[in-house]
Amino acid sequence: MPQHHHDSTKKKQPMKPLEFSLNGERVVAEGVDPTETLLSFLRRRGLTGTKEGCAEGECGACAVVLREDDGEGGSRYVTVNSCLLMLGSVAGRELLSVEGLAREGELHPVQAAMARGGASQCGYCTPGFVMSLFSEYYRADRAAPEPRAIEGNLCRCTGYRPIYDALESLGAPAEDDVFLARLKQEPPKLGSFGIHTHTPEGERAFHRPADLHEVFHELAKHPDAKLVAGGTDVLVEANQSHRRWPAVISLEAVSELREASLDDTGLTLGAAVPLEQIEARFASALPVLGELLPLFASPLIRRRATFGGNLANASPIGDGAPTLLALDAEVVIASSEGERRLPLADFFLGYRQTALSPGEILRSVFVPRPFPDASHFYKVSKRVMDDISTVAACFCLWRGEDGAITRARFGYGGVAATPMRARDAEAALEGHALDPAHVEAAAEALGAAFTPIDDHRGSAEYRGAMVVALFERFVHDLEQAEVAR
Amino acid sequence: MKYVGQDLPHESARLHVTGEALYTDDLVTRFPGCLHAWPVQSPHAHARVLGVDASAAEATPGFVRLLDAGDVPGEGDTGAARKDEPLFPNEACYEGQPVRWALAETEEAARLAATRVVVEWEVLPAVLGVRAAIEAESYLADEIAIRRGDVASALEGAPHRLSFELLVGGQEQLYLETQAALVDHDENGQVVVHSSTQNPTETQVIVARVLGLPRSRVTCQSLRMGGGFGGKETQANPIASVAAVGAHVTHRPVRVRLDRQRDISSTGKRHPFLGRLDVGFDDAGKLVAVDAKLFADGGYSLDLTVPIAWRALFHLDNAYLLPSCSLTARAMRTNVPSNTAFRGFGGPQGMLMIEEAMDRVARALDRSPLEVREANFYVEGDKTPYGLEVRHPERIRRVWDGVLESSEYEARRAEVDAFNAAHEHTKRGLAITPVKFGISFTTAFFNQAGALVLIYADGSVQLNHGGTEMGQGLHTKMRQIAAQELGVLLDDVRLMPTRTDKVPNTSATAASSGADLNGAAVRDACQKLRARLAEVAAAELGAAVDELSFEDACVFVASSPTRSMAFGELAQKAYLERVQLSATGYYKTPEISFDEAAGRGRPFHYFAYGAAVSEVEIDGFTGQHFVRRADILHDVGDSLSPLLDRGQIEGAFVQGMGWLTREELRRDAKGRLGTRGLSTYKIPGADDMPKDFRVALLPRATEPGVVHGSKAVGEPPLMLAISVREALRDAVAAFGDQPSGEAVELATPATPEAVWRACRAIQGR
Repeated sequence: MPQHHHDSTKKKQPMKPLEFSLNGERVVAEGVDPTETLLSFLRRRGLTGTKEGCAEGECGACAVVLREDDGEGGSRYVTVNSCLLMLGSVAGRELLSVEGLAREGELHPVQAAMARGGASQCGYCTPGFVMSLFSEYYRADRAAPEPRAIEGNLCRCTGYRPIYDALESLGAPAEDDVFLARLKQEPPKLGSFGIHTHTPEGERAFHRPADLHEVFHELAKHPDAKLVAGGTDVLVEANQSHRRWPAVISLEAVSELREASLDDTGLTLGAAVPLEQIEARFASALPVLGELLPLFASPLIRRRATFGGNLANASPIGDGAPTLLALDAEVVIASSEGERRLPLADFFLGYRQTALSPGEILRSVFVPRPFPDASHFYKVSKRVMDDISTVAACFCLWRGEDGAITRARFGYGGVAATPMRARDAEAALEGHALDPAHVEAAAEALGAAFTPIDDHRGSAEYRGAMVVALFERFVHDLEQAEVAR
Repeated sequence: MKYVGQDLPHESARLHVTGEALYTDDLVTRFPGCLHAWPVQSPHAHARVLGVDASAAEATPGFVRLLDAGDVPGEGDTGAARKDEPLFPNEACYEGQPVRWALAETEEAARLAATRVVVEWEVLPAVLGVRAAIEAESYLADEIAIRRGDVASALEGAPHRLSFELLVGGQEQLYLETQAALVDHDENGQVVVHSSTQNPTETQVIVARVLGLPRSRVTCQSLRMGGGFGGKETQANPIASVAAVGAHVTHRPVRVRLDRQRDISSTGKRHPFLGRLDVGFDDAGKLVAVDAKLFADGGYSLDLTVPIAWRALFHLDNAYLLPSCSLTARAMRTNVPSNTAFRGFGGPQGMLMIEEAMDRVARALDRSPLEVREANFYVEGDKTPYGLEVRHPERIRRVWDGVLESSEYEARRAEVDAFNAAHEHTKRGLAITPVKFGISFTTAFFNQAGALVLIYADGSVQLNHGGTEMGQGLHTKMRQIAAQELGVLLDDVRLMPTRTDKVPNTSATAASSGADLNGAAVRDACQKLRARLAEVAAAELGAAVDELSFEDACVFVASSPTRSMAFGELAQKAYLERVQLSATGYYKTPEISFDEAAGRGRPFHYFAYGAAVSEVEIDGFTGQHFVRRADILHDVGDSLSPLLDRGQIEGAFVQGMGWLTREELRRDAKGRLGTRGLSTYKIPGADDMPKDFRVALLPRATEPGVVHGSKAVGEPPLMLAISVREALRDAVAAFGDQPSGEAVELATPATPEAVWRACRAIQGR
């Protein structure tokens, strides 16, 4: 049982109720457990168009749309999994469920597209696809259909062809489209929010601070609080392992954690910046991010998931760490006492253990310049998209003017208790050209670098072989690129 | 307006896209005071319950009671085939088996209470996997067999001979809507069961048995399912029964809905099969004799394993003549959930065995698999091993030649070979495979269906039939048939939820037979009504009955269309004249029979045919692969609804790809399922669809003796995905020296790891 916290001040604080906008109407959720999922809440209210297919963000049947700040003064629609959203997270937000799209009996254009050509069979996944198409329909500067828009939704009936057809048939919104007009309105601002509820199952406190100062204040009050960024892993733990936390601190509105910038020294990524934004803003400067992020998770997940969560989680199969390790990234750790920096390679101490001490949070990730001269990310998984890695690897090389390798960094996931660098293999290449002898030496070092395990994603033997094979693939791809040049 | 044969979207499409379509668990908020249930599951693959301590559960706020065998007023067993599935067992026979159920005011409280129930277990030895079951002689039923000729001497005398063993993996149905039921009491104690079931009658029967009530006291309704695929043919029954027992003891509505983990861990899947084949053939690759011994992993109880094993035997020939053969199958008992129906119902596993043989024969002879397959096709006059003459065998060649041409097979064969010669680490593969699939329930008496059609005096129509809607579009097809038969507009026909108080004693919507059986019953009912109405109209319009046309909600004299009346007007007239405006319809498939003891008979009304060409690409470093292109030509007779039929073909193909290339059920040494969620059990995603996907229906394909000349379509196209597996094998072979005269081993499912192993094995030669 999680420990309960007794905070004598909480009853004195007048608390704002949990309010949000749903399909254009104000909802005041009273007496609710703020850690309940939005999906569960919607269905309990009789909004049963939103479906539960997996409760772990894989199928997208529960997708809903949020209207969010687009960072450029306007707003945009983003489709997310409602099974991975705590109710507290939607406080102050504006959201749409599938019931909110049709107007006066007339189907929304994305609904009409899905209804027309056989894109629904059993219909259970359909509302989720509708919601994914919805945000695609209103995507700014949309010139062509983005096939990735439906990669966060699973359908067991159709084989997807008619759903792709529906996606491709979408035109542009009419000028008087009410949802388009809404995008021009001021986006909802996520302010500081907090709520305590006494449920039959125990105390539930949820805080969403707006700045770091407030984070440390709440953290001092609730030292054992569960920290949540995008929630795409924490909510899976809640839904699948039924973990419950007496206190949750959501970091998604903390302004300092949402900053990201690229300058002469390198790339700073706030711990709570959603991956989708990182890809949109920085993949051109750092192409390996453009390789990593589409494979990292589905678009529905990437709109919520963050590097901060992925690293602090310290999962050995998280895809962020191998790439960031290979980029020689540093982490910036903050507490009420100040900040400290650490090479990411020193951040992972053991299985799901990090160097974060009580009272500390991950503030940002820093990728120093110079960026590598050659880099690739590879992921072995049963399904290419929307799957968890059997083995993930990122290889980065820095070269001197003579072409010799000055620095090599190989980050691996899925082959040890933590994400890890393959230091011996790196050393085997450094100071040398990428010639067959040194490639072989590196491959040999890789063969002895890890002792992976057997599980349902792959055997130890396969994983071990992939450690080497992905490196060989990297070398092969570099050679092909040379030839092409 | 003719509706049959038109491209029409699903009749609920509008409800699907708006979220208004109701599924069983969407009803909960309509039942105030509804209780929720959560199972107490066995952590062991085999263990005896020594004691149950519910005291901690009882302390959970909102807890109502722990259901056990003492709460069952009737028989506490839900086994459909035989009584071997206790609802609240004291011996758990698989990991994840529910042994008790907690009832509470909320789902959260029910779950908490269930996890607080302390069960004392005595762990017993478990049998895991079909090989272990063979070793332990752990059987569910006697061996079944189909034999023709003296296979032993035919094998002896064959010019060539090979043997192999093939283990085919299971597959989770993974309907997006998990198992769900809600039971309430109606007036006078009538038990109303809302169930996501493919078989409302059987759910009614089992609930009545569990409650100790005559069937008339139980009504079962299946609104629609969020996918079934066979997984809700029998296995919805225990879910509904738990809800029924809960409602019985509490006098409150009770909802049982499994979340994904509990669904995957406690319900049955496609059967894993082990096949041991001994094959004799001649220099051309023509089969001389086949000795096949199949072993089906049935799980802990009988369920549908025996008919599934029969269907595996019925399809072991696929499209090929087996001149002399001995085909046997045995249902094995193991400590996993009871494996059950899944699209194809054993057919895919049987078919895979002979397709494996085809490839091995081809490679042994250094011939192309294509030519060996062609050499063995059935021709006019051939009989299956069970003695049924193959109807329309020429259609095998029609679909085969058609798809060879439309896919530009020959040119692409050369392209693939050229690509492979130029690439060391990436190889492509190309393959074509056929499908011949028998249509009918192989248990003869299931081949019947009923309908109830009601015409109201305003001319609007309610249509009831015994089939259930799980996405396949059955209701859409039934509306098309009814609207056309009655000459009314599609929108005038209201399709009612499937209920056992409308049509009694129905069969499961399964075996691809839903449209054949129910369509004929609907037509029968509509024809009766039309005949009655025609009498009234003939008198009114002063014409003979056979001069009348019913079309576009209007009845008119064909030779003089101005002499007409609106359908609504006619209905009102008929009502005033005291003409009965409701009718039942009925259909039974003719000439179906099978002698199980002899392994002879006519288990099928007809065969559905198809062929597919698939092209794949493998990354030799990792074994990861994808389908570059798939071309399908499939025989659906004269399609009732081409848009829906195409959807069935595409969906089945991708689902079959999943079975053969992605979906892997992994258990540990203690029988615990590791792949119990969508994050670990990977069904095909949007990106897995063939990058170029071309599906066509065989033209000029009328099937005499079936409603509107159509054919069943639900299951047959799943097996077209075998072409993907064979294309993968073709690509794997390209990593080695060819021809080698040796078999190319490929495990199923051909996951990236399995393909990588296959590539490594061939490179290691």
